[in-house]
Amino acid sequence: MLELIFFSLLNGIVTGLLLFMLASGLTLIFSMMGVLNFAHASFYMLGAYFAYTISIYLGFWVGLIVAPILVGLMGAVVERYGLRYVHRWGHVAELIFTFGLAFLIEEVVQFIWGKDTKAYHEPEILQFPLFTFFGQNFPAYKAFMLLISIGIFIMLLLILTRSRVGLIIQAAIHKPNMTAMLGHNVPLVFMGVFGVGCALAGLAGVIAGPALGTFPGMAFVLGSIVFVIVVVGGLGSLTGAFVASLLIGLLQTFAIALDYSVNDLLQIFNISFDADSAFRDLWTLSLPQIAPILPYLLLILILIFRPTGLFGNRET
Amino acid sequence: MSEITKTASPVMARPLMKTLLPWIGFFILLLALPNIFSSNVGLYTMNLMGIFIIFALSYNMLLGQGGMLSFGHAVYFGLGGFMSVHFMNYIEDGDFTFPMYLIPIFGGLIGLVFGIIIGSFSTRRAGTVFAMISLGVGELMAASSLIFVAFFGGEEGVSGDRTTGPELAGINFGQDIHIYYLIAGWVFVTVALMYLFSRTPAGRMANAVRDNAERAEFVGYSQRKVRFVSFCASGFFAGIAGGLFALNFEIVTEENLNALTSGTVLLMAYIGGVGFFIGPIVGAVVFTLLQSILSNYTDIWQLYVGILFVLTVMYVPQGLTGIIMMHTAAWRMRQVGALVMPYLRIGIPALAMLTGIAAFLETIHHMRSSVEGDTAMSLMGIEFNSHSIVAWIVILALIVVGGYLTRSQLPQLRDAWETANKPPAQREGGGS
Repeated sequence: MLELIFFSLLNGIVTGLLLFMLASGLTLIFSMMGVLNFAHASFYMLGAYFAYTISIYLGFWVGLIVAPILVGLMGAVVERYGLRYVHRWGHVAELIFTFGLAFLIEEVVQFIWGKDTKAYHEPEILQFPLFTFFGQNFPAYKAFMLLISIGIFIMLLLILTRSRVGLIIQAAIHKPNMTAMLGHNVPLVFMGVFGVGCALAGLAGVIAGPALGTFPGMAFVLGSIVFVIVVVGGLGSLTGAFVASLLIGLLQTFAIALDYSVNDLLQIFNISFDADSAFRDLWTLSLPQIAPILPYLLLILILIFRPTGLFGNRET
Repeated sequence: MSEITKTASPVMARPLMKTLLPWIGFFILLLALPNIFSSNVGLYTMNLMGIFIIFALSYNMLLGQGGMLSFGHAVYFGLGGFMSVHFMNYIEDGDFTFPMYLIPIFGGLIGLVFGIIIGSFSTRRAGTVFAMISLGVGELMAASSLIFVAFFGGEEGVSGDRTTGPELAGINFGQDIHIYYLIAGWVFVTVALMYLFSRTPAGRMANAVRDNAERAEFVGYSQRKVRFVSFCASGFFAGIAGGLFALNFEIVTEENLNALTSGTVLLMAYIGGVGFFIGPIVGAVVFTLLQSILSNYTDIWQLYVGILFVLTVMYVPQGLTGIIMMHTAAWRMRQVGALVMPYLRIGIPALAMLTGIAAFLETIHHMRSSVEGDTAMSLMGIEFNSHSIVAWIVILALIVVGGYLTRSQLPQLRDAWETANKPPAQREGGGS
């Protein structure tokens, strides 16, 4: 039991911090432009694919640096020539634009790289078990993911709260017009934040690609989860995104690890049920089974009872 | 038509005949279509079209008329389908007797019930909050459909048999042509109902709430209730579309209520044009044609659909119908004729450029996906070697020359457009 909790905790934190890399960019972009970027997870996918292609020729480490930069540049271009143009048609059009972009990027990825899963692996130096605990191995690559994620988190925190750039970004989030009046190029700040946000997503893709698989559906798998995090944490709140990322990460790993079902609960109370009834699926529901729907349940509950999210202070 | 329509309509003295004429035309068109396209593929496509027309129109009750962007509309479509297929099976088992052609009613009802449940909390806000709730509900349902096997049938779905019900004048809906007329009948009735809904006070208030919720509240309407009514009606019609889907294909799977279907309906409505009643109809027809015809010729048709969608969102937010409707002013002044030549002049090089781009994508796709050494490919009946230099020169020439000529024709098109949209009196006075 102890080892189960220990490993679930560790895995949950790794997943959570990975999700935070995506969610942090998304929530910053949202708080600046008021647009929930549906294509955010697509940039994560692009990061993995770019890194895969680069790793074939130049190795994993070059991909780790170059792929996020490429993705960030693409993000900046999308903001400059796509989103800024669509802005004139209003918010709904912007949302639909990013949705269409997500669809298009998936098709383009299939067009260029094909539909099958790519053999994108972690570098050989990291292919060893870091430590063994109760007979279970903890791979070094996961520790590496953890390290990168924590590094990014600290860097982001320092930049946003301690540097001049962070000051301008925070000002532009709350009072864009006033910031522009003070002589800062707000559209450029927007483009920069969008680009950096996409680069972070790309970096998440680079390090998640070997662990979670590099395939055309990877954006779709993670995309809606990241939305859940941003909404649950509170739209525009970085702290909220961090807490919600860890929460969702732990929720998912623990739900999969702990194999309890409604049946067990009923047996405690000595209730039996008819095996042929139409509700039989309900009585045999187990925790791993409902693991995929837990985040969405949380999302809906939060939106109904606390639309500002856990740490947010505004309602879209 | 109701009193309200008459007072609200600017053309009060519009003769009844003129209002009914489009509907009579629509009716005759529905009757005549299977005689023109009588092949199996034609019928299949038209059946799908009919289902998607209802689905897309019901979606537009939210997005176009109510200003609610939904990412989970397939929930009502899929649930309607599952409910209908279950009732088809009850009829087959003899549990109760019910005419098969009315089965979509059950689909509509479950769509309505879920519309009431989900709408009761999701319609409080429009905009991003609504979009997120719809996304969450959509994902929730899609995930649940794999868990609750008794109702959703797991991965293989639930199948039924539409021919087992009581016969209607000797017809048991075994043939495609019968199901076509069944769908056509439902399409006619539901399209008319949805049109009438958009004319009722509830439909009108939905527009008002979409445009300015605060003002609508000052008039005395609760924005939440107005949205709620639209939402429920939309769920009902989506359920009917799902029921027709169940009747047509006799199988409903988890795929029918997942995010992909939700995305498809958004795509259809938006490409067609959400600002017009007939927009989603145009979108459904175009999308089904793309899906069934284009997919016969190319593997990458979804890439084209994606490009078309993004371009529509960026440059033509009014959709395809919007482009047609732009010409009404010129049409009324009988000056559309002046645009034919300019359109031809820009159309031919633009077509060449598009052909070039499509050929470029197809050739690359062929080079990547075909077996090693297989270099022969054919495009539009032209056989060529995908690895030869000549082919690439032709393709690049098409793109570059076509693009250049298209650009060079833009100014004359702009001039012609301005002339065509100028009242005749002004034009005779010298113009400018």
